Amino acid sequence: MIIAAFFLAFYFLPIGKSGFQKSVIEALSLAKMYAREHVVFCLIPAFFIAGAISVFISKGAVMKYLGAGAKKIVAYPIASVSGSVLAVCSCTVLPLFAGIHKRGAGIGPATAFLYSGPAINVLAVILTSRILGLEMGIARALGAVVFSVVIGLTMQIIFKSPSTDESFDENLIEAEEANRPLWQAMVYFGLMVMILIFSNWGRPEQTQGIWHLIYSGKWVITSISAVIFGLALVIWYHYDARKIFIVMGATAVLALVFHNPMIPFVAALIGIAWASMTDGEEGKEWVSSTWDFAKQIFPLLFAGILIAGFLLGSPEGEGIIPSGWISSLVGGNSFLANFFASVTGAFMYFATLTEVPILEGLMSHGMGKGPALALLLAGPAVSLPNMLVIRSVLGTKKTVVFVLLVVVMATISGMIFGNLF
Amino acid sequence: MKIEILGKGCPKCSRLVQNTREAVKALGIDAEIVKVTDINRIVDYGVINTPGFAVNGIVKSSGKVLSTKEIISIID
Repeated sequence: MIIAAFFLAFYFLPIGKSGFQKSVIEALSLAKMYAREHVVFCLIPAFFIAGAISVFISKGAVMKYLGAGAKKIVAYPIASVSGSVLAVCSCTVLPLFAGIHKRGAGIGPATAFLYSGPAINVLAVILTSRILGLEMGIARALGAVVFSVVIGLTMQIIFKSPSTDESFDENLIEAEEANRPLWQAMVYFGLMVMILIFSNWGRPEQTQGIWHLIYSGKWVITSISAVIFGLALVIWYHYDARKIFIVMGATAVLALVFHNPMIPFVAALIGIAWASMTDGEEGKEWVSSTWDFAKQIFPLLFAGILIAGFLLGSPEGEGIIPSGWISSLVGGNSFLANFFASVTGAFMYFATLTEVPILEGLMSHGMGKGPALALLLAGPAVSLPNMLVIRSVLGTKKTVVFVLLVVVMATISGMIFGNLF
Repeated sequence: MKIEILGKGCPKCSRLVQNTREAVKALGIDAEIVKVTDINRIVDYGVINTPGFAVNGIVKSSGKVLSTKEIISIID
């Protein structure tokens, strides 16, 4: 069977048709662009941050605010933003959602979490801002947070949620006792985010003023952040000082020898990974969860990039789907374009992060900014496969209402955003 | 003995299954290893951070990939 299918696929492979060939080339060139521009400075550091979040931030501490005894006024804001630290990977969103619904704060906060979680996790926000533009990244995070509260409250009002199961054993989600004060963790994450932001600082249009100043000094700022980060590792995380100094020294030498900043940057990343691997449990866990995310997300992301490139083309060229179709369906900022984008997004399944290259393709061929945001908001939050899981938790009626709310809210956010920008 | 791994199939869950198999093999005991992927059953166990690890219906750990050594010390 499989052999026959392969044979047929190759028999009818439309090589020579110019459209097909051009699309294949578009797919490859888009993948090349990502590999050259986004992987080293953006994706890999983002994976390190995601790994650190999953190891160093105590989920138990956050979940306490979403437990059965939680005050509603606290539960909603926490549910709407906690996706950023709780749901680094989409496979953890659904168990957390089911847990909050059944044993914790009830249907309102649970649906708020489910809506915002996939949109505001660090990886999604970083990649969206980097590729689709900063205002898109911010709009996505803000839209997700604000409208998740609206959705949660609406669900709560429509379905007066029954009293939650009081028998929930809080001990199971009890926090592992924190081994360092919160502000140290904040500084630690702050430094990593600084390194990420400044090393990705884009060249501004004008050659004067504050933005240009930051741009021309971006490697200085990045290096200073990196040095402080190294010291923080030694002082708070008890890394071996000698190893950190070896890494710093090697990075500095490489930076002086080569003019391409990519080489010292990669050396520093490898060095940090090496120092972490050989230094205690926490460091090892950090590297191994970083590696887990990378292993899980990279193949899917690149498959998504190839498909997006093939169908939609890279920013420079057209793929197999003509631009005219795209701009006629989701161009501009009409109600219909936004609505169509929301509905498509709600049913379509996006593997983690693949929504970003797909949208890049759509936007460079005529999709409006409003519909793009609508798709970003409705897309990762629900999909046909996870609707089935949600239905097994909530039941058919509540699931239908939830999906409808998602579509409506995504459409509204899209229209507002499209009008502003 | 019945060992259940609770999780929706993320890489962490499969690593935990792998480590559990190794632990059971190292101990040479007769144990049934079951993957639980149904979300409602996972929540009924009170596990919110996957992967969860349960022995004979009692949750021993959650949200963590236990090493083979740790698993041996739990089930032995």
